[in-house]
Formats: sequence, structure tokens, C-alpha cells
Amino acid sequence: MVNRSPVRRLLPLALLAAFATLPLAALGKGTLVYCSEGSPEGFQPQFFTTGTTFDAVSVPMFNRLVEFETGTTNIVPALAESWTISPDGKTYTFKLRKGVKFHSNANFTPTRDFNADDVVFSWNRMADENHPFHKLTAGQTFSYYDDMGMKNIVDKVEKVDEYTVRFNLKRPEAPFLADMAMDFASILSKEYFEAMLKKGTPNAADVYPIGTGPFEFASYQKDATIRYKAFDKYWGGRPKVDTLVYSITRDATARYAKLKTGECQVMAFPKPADLDEMKKDSRITVQQKEGLNIGYIAFNVEKKPFDDKRVRQALNMAVDKAAILKAVYQGNGQVAKNPIPPILWSYNNSIKDYPYDPAKAKELLAQAGFPNGFELELWYLPVTRPYNPDGKRVGEMIQADWEKIGVKTKLVTYEWAEYRKRAKQGEHQVVMFGWSGDNGDPDNFFVPLLGCEAVKGGGNNARWCNKQFEDLVVKAAQTSKQADRAKLYEQAQVIFKEEAPWITLAHSMRFDPVRNEVKGYKMDATAHHYFDKVDIAPLP
Amino acid sequence: MLAFILRRAALVVPTFIGVTLLAFALIHLIPGDPVENLSGERGMDPARRERLLHEFGLDRPLPVQYGEYIGNVLRGDLGSSLTTHERVLDEFLTLFPATIELAFFAMLFAVGLGLPAGILAALKRNTAADYAVMGASLTGYSMPIFWWALLLILFFSVQLGWTPVSGRIAVEYDVPAATGFMLIDTLKAGDLGAFRSAVSHLILPSIALGTIPLAVIARMTRSAMLEVLREDYVRTARAKGLPRWRVILVHALRNALIPVITVIGLQVGLLLSGAILTETIFSWPGVGNWLVHGVQSRDYPVVQGGILLIATLVISVNLIVDLLYGVVNPRIRHA
Repeated sequence: MVNRSPVRRLLPLALLAAFATLPLAALGKGTLVYCSEGSPEGFQPQFFTTGTTFDAVSVPMFNRLVEFETGTTNIVPALAESWTISPDGKTYTFKLRKGVKFHSNANFTPTRDFNADDVVFSWNRMADENHPFHKLTAGQTFSYYDDMGMKNIVDKVEKVDEYTVRFNLKRPEAPFLADMAMDFASILSKEYFEAMLKKGTPNAADVYPIGTGPFEFASYQKDATIRYKAFDKYWGGRPKVDTLVYSITRDATARYAKLKTGECQVMAFPKPADLDEMKKDSRITVQQKEGLNIGYIAFNVEKKPFDDKRVRQALNMAVDKAAILKAVYQGNGQVAKNPIPPILWSYNNSIKDYPYDPAKAKELLAQAGFPNGFELELWYLPVTRPYNPDGKRVGEMIQADWEKIGVKTKLVTYEWAEYRKRAKQGEHQVVMFGWSGDNGDPDNFFVPLLGCEAVKGGGNNARWCNKQFEDLVVKAAQTSKQADRAKLYEQAQVIFKEEAPWITLAHSMRFDPVRNEVKGYKMDATAHHYFDKVDIAPLP
Repeated sequence: MLAFILRRAALVVPTFIGVTLLAFALIHLIPGDPVENLSGERGMDPARRERLLHEFGLDRPLPVQYGEYIGNVLRGDLGSSLTTHERVLDEFLTLFPATIELAFFAMLFAVGLGLPAGILAALKRNTAADYAVMGASLTGYSMPIFWWALLLILFFSVQLGWTPVSGRIAVEYDVPAATGFMLIDTLKAGDLGAFRSAVSHLILPSIALGTIPLAVIARMTRSAMLEVLREDYVRTARAKGLPRWRVILVHALRNALIPVITVIGLQVGLLLSGAILTETIFSWPGVGNWLVHGVQSRDYPVVQGGILLIATLVISVNLIVDLLYGVVNPRIRHA
């Protein structure tokens, strides 16, 4: 017999080959890698509405006339150096910055600096349905422009001179300046679009981005990586890193693993459950910031018995919010008493929240005609949201709380898209929901969530339309001085608390885990990720 | 023979209709719709909702939508993604090479390890080696892919630092996509470092995806070998005094391979479905990852088109295999 079969000889070799390892190459100097949570829908700032796309497009590559100072919701000059607002609040005149350069690519080299034509072009392209570039890309809509109701706000945009533009509004609208700092109001290059049209490839202008921002587009490998290079001629000063890479990693566990191994230096959206371990890791700093958000529970006031204020107040008093904050938010949030978070101006801190008082709640229920309680359906969030890490757990705790005052709660949920759809149609009795602010103006909470107009579109889940509240909020939007507006919003919060259309639950913290070699990273208030001021220190 | 081919090809038509109908029905049955997906927590004005539904072509009765979809498919038009507005076929073709590359190496891993392991287990029947191989393969077969993949990442990437966590290539390599196959592209670009990086990124996903086929192949090989080793001609071959390896590899294995190859062929469908999980966890930019995202965003054209293309592929492979059987085996041809 032959004593050694080739099989026996080959097997260890095969095993070795399968498990062979290769050294990881070190990252290039001056390269910052960000593990992002998904692919952008496209490379155009006006079409899309997701934070993922904004982070990949409008944040690194574009500018607005005005922008939010990173870390706050203060509005600071950007492509506009200054602005004036007419006394009637209906005319905004922007003085534009001179010497601002656009990016270039293989098909386009700008021949002129940014000027008023670009502003008028960028706006009219969205606003004017007969604009030659309005329907450039088939099937695309200007979602955010529509969502923000811009059609009813801006009448027209005019070029006054080369470096001055004027926005004429249909009505006084104080939040307008904050709107102009939003991603959809990014400024495109008119020259670029016209050049692509001339070349016979007009669509290219919507696919390969040309902006004025700190980083230039380099390449995109679908669902894998986006590369940017520092824009040498950036008006705000060249970014410190040479290359910025977004490594698209949809799974939060994989993102964390990559952060640990150094395959990326900053990661998006950590899983709440991983935070404790992250904070213990000496290579990682977990930055945190109060979120511009609110998690709440809305009573559908169109349905009985939630049309009765006493019932809503009773259900408010029966919930032990402090216990929920401790058990579900695990300290990563704070109890909410107002519909806006405390970091937002006009937050009314003199408001007293309903105390946790089951006895008083029972009494109120009895007054409302329910001495023995009643039955209700509570819809709980089927997914983790930035403002609520675990809807089911919150639901269960509230169920137990309400049980104590005789209210029997049936917990209900649907698939997330279906949940939203049904809630917007007002099918619920009591629904758990929340909101993350777009632009740091209080109007952006009061109007889309509690305004009378928002009942129709379903953003107002309580379907609560209160004349007094509405008048205050509308008046505030038409008042130009911030101090005066703040007073009106403070009054609105008093009415809101008294009427109790919601149980205001919590404002949660946001977290960005960053490796220690990253210097100068600052969390943004509106949950974007900015890398233009970030540097990378060599590892010790 | 021609009649046989025609008969087999004709069977493809109902399968094709079934697949399109199923893909269409399932994605439309999932709650939610692409328009709702646009708005998130924000309310949407009913008029705008109507307008968007109309623009997406979703305001008509489902049978009409289906009929139109089939009409477009027959003209070779799979439509455009509702989120990116790129053509579905273009997106698929951009991403598919990544999936093929992953599936190929997963298969290589499964066959390369499964065959020898199965042979070993058969030869050492009822010994510790046999039990070890069979126990390990049963474990591998029972392991959920996502769990196994995470374990692999945590151990080999995070703990030992041997392999990268996820992706297809390290970020410092920007290799132009010529063929879409990373190994070929890196070699074409002449960048050995990039090639090595691409290989290291392939290891864990291939293992994760290849483990179940590996287990199936090992068990199949073992039982087929055991059967063949009992055959008279094997005894004859031994009696003739042929070397043992020749008896095993030439006389026994060759015949044992017939059912094994059939099983390997059947794994293609399994590999593609496993790829969906594997790609999601390893951020592998292939069609599985793309389909999952399509389902989440209710991107109807992407899901329908993706399923249709994958099904077409599986159906074609099966058709070819069927025809080959017919060529080889007259009994099938005339059945």
C-alpha cells in the first residue's frame, strides 16, 4: 500500500491557503475616512431629503448664501457676506462674497467666479416650472423645496447687480433666513449647467457635482466609497486633510468594528447598545451633543375621549417619565416638558411639567366621566429613531403606568412606513412619534407638528388645531425681531402645556464616536457631519 | 433532440411569468409605498401625495401596472430606480460583478475544502476524523450567516487584526472599475498592493458565504464516496494492485462526483440568496446589498428588476444543465 495519499498531503495546504492572512496597508497621510451609514441617492443637493445624501453632497461640496455655524443653529455669512431685511419683513437683500471659485472636473473648467446669476439660477431652477433646467432629470422633484412650502413664501428672486440678489416674499416670514441655510438652498453653478447643455450632456450637471464647497468630488464606487479631494481654492480656507473618503457601511456593528480597527476614523450613528463599550475604549472619544429633537406621544383629539382636555391631562400625569428616561434612554436624554428642545431659542423654561401623580390623574378621569378608566390603543414605534431608542419598551412602561389609573392599554404597531402612513391619515387613538429639527428655527417645530395646516398633511399627529396657539405661531413667523418672536413662542408653549395634545417625552442626545487621532472634529446641531476643519494627527 | 430542447425552453415561459408575478405581487404587498418613504416623520400634503403617486405611475390598478411592466420588460426596459433615477439594468450591471466575484470565491472555498473533507471522512469512516468532519459540517450548516459573519469579523478582524472588517478594497486604493471584478481590475492596473488588499477583503465574506455549501458538499461527497467504495469495480481495481490513491481519486472519486456536481449546481441559487445577507454585513457593494436597500425604500423597479434578473440567471443555468443532461443521458432526452 502507498502510505501517504495526496489527499492527506493536500488538506493542510488547503486549510492554510484558506486562512492565509495579508498585512493591512497603512492609510495614506492626510486621509480621513468616515464610515457613513448609506449611499447618497444622488450627487445633487436640491433633489433629495435624506441626511445621508446631505452629508455626502451639500455638506462637503456646496455652500449656501448663509449657513449654520458648526455646532450651533446660529446663522452666519457664507456665500452672502451680509444681508438686510426690509422693515415689512418681505424683502431680503443679500450682498454676495467676491472671489468665490467653483470646482472643476474633466468636462468643465469655470471661467468666472460665483455671482448673482448663480443664485438666481439655483433658485429659479426649483421654483419655476418653465425653467429650462426644471425638468432636466426625468422623474426628479424638488422635494425639500416643496416640503418647506417655498412656493407660498417666495414670490421672486432678482439680480440687483453682479454681487447683490433680492428675494421678494409673498408674506413676512421670519424663518426664511434659516430656510436659506438648509441643504436644498445650496448654490449651483449656472455656467456649468449651460456648458453641459451645450455639450449635449445636460444631465451630467446633475450627476457630477460642481460646487463651491471645501471638498471637490473625486470618484464614487456605488455602495462602496465616495472620494473627495481638498479644494485648494476654497474661499473659507483649504481643508486640512488632503483626501476625504466616505466608506459606506450600512451595518452599525460593522461600522463600529471598522472604527476599532482604524479602517475609519469617524463613524455615523452608533447603536445605543454599543455606547457604553465605546466610551471605555481608550482609542475612541465619544462626542455627544443635545439633539435638536423631541420624542412625544400624541393624542388624536378628533377621537373620543381624547377631545377632552382632562383626559389628556390625566394620561399625562399618570406617566412616570423619569423612570422611562432611566430605563430606556439610560441617561442619554432629558425629560421633555415643551415641544421644542432647550437648546432652541424661545424655549420656555418657566413652564411646569405635569407632575407624576396617579391619584390626581384618577381624579381628573373621574371628572371627565371615567371613574373606572377606559380602554385605548397605543401605537408604539416599530424602529429605533434618534429621538426614541426603544418604542416598544416605552410603550410597555406607559401601559403599566396607565393600568394604575384603570386605563387598559392595547399596544399596537405596524411596519414603519405603514405606521407613518396610517398615523398621518389619523387612524390612531394615541401614537408615539417624534421629530428632528431641520434648521434650528422654533417655527420648524411648532408649524409642521402642531399647526392647523399640518393636520391635513398628517404631520400634526394630535390633529390638534387651536385658534389661540395658531394665531401666536403665525404672528411669530411674521415678526422679524427674534426677541419679539421668542415672546410669542413662549406664550404658545403655555397654551400647548395647558391643552396637553401630547405627552412630551424626551429630548435625546446624539453621539459621534471619533478616533483620537482626529483633531478638531465638532458635532453639528442639525446632525450633519462636517470635516472641513478636521485634521489627522499621526498615531503615536 | 430539437424537440427536447424546445420542450425544455417552453417550460421557461411559465416560470418566467411566475417569477415576475411573484416579485411584483410581493413588493406591492409589503406595507408602505415609495411616496411615503420620501416624507419620513414629516406630513405630506394629500395633493402632493397624489401628484407623486401619479408621477411614479402608482395610481393605477395593480393589474394595469403589472401589464405595463411586463410590456416594458419584453422591450428590454426594466425601468429606473425611484430613489436614484438611474436605470435598473445599469445599476445591476455595475454591481453584479462584485456578487459574482464573492460567489465564485465562496464556491472555491466550499469545493476546495468540502471535497477533501468529504473524501477524508469517507475513508476514515467511523473514526474521530469522520466524526470531526461531519460534526463540523453540521455546525456550519446550522449556523445563521449573519451570526457567523459577525463572529468572523469580531475574531479575525477586531481581535486578531488579520483581515479587514468590510468593504472590497482598502480606501487608499482607487482602482478604476474596468471589468467590475476587483481582482482583475487591480491586476490590470498593475497594482500589487491593491490586489493583495482586494484578496484580503475577500477572505471573510467568502468563508461566511461558503460555509453552508461547504457543509453540503462535504456530506454529499462522503456519502457518495462510501457508496462507490463498496462497488465491485473498486474492489477489482484494488485486487489488480493499483496504488491506493489511484483507486480513490480516479476510480472511486470520479464516479462519486456525479451527484456532488449536481449538488454544487444547486448551490448557485443558495449562494445568491446567501449573498444578500453576506453583502449586507460586509458592506459588499453587490446586488444583494442593493436589493435589501431597494426593499427598505420600497423601490419597486429595483426590487422587481433585480429579482427578475437573478431569476433569469438561475433559470438559464438550470436550463443549460438540463440540456447537458439530455446530451449525456439519452434516457432523459426521450422521457
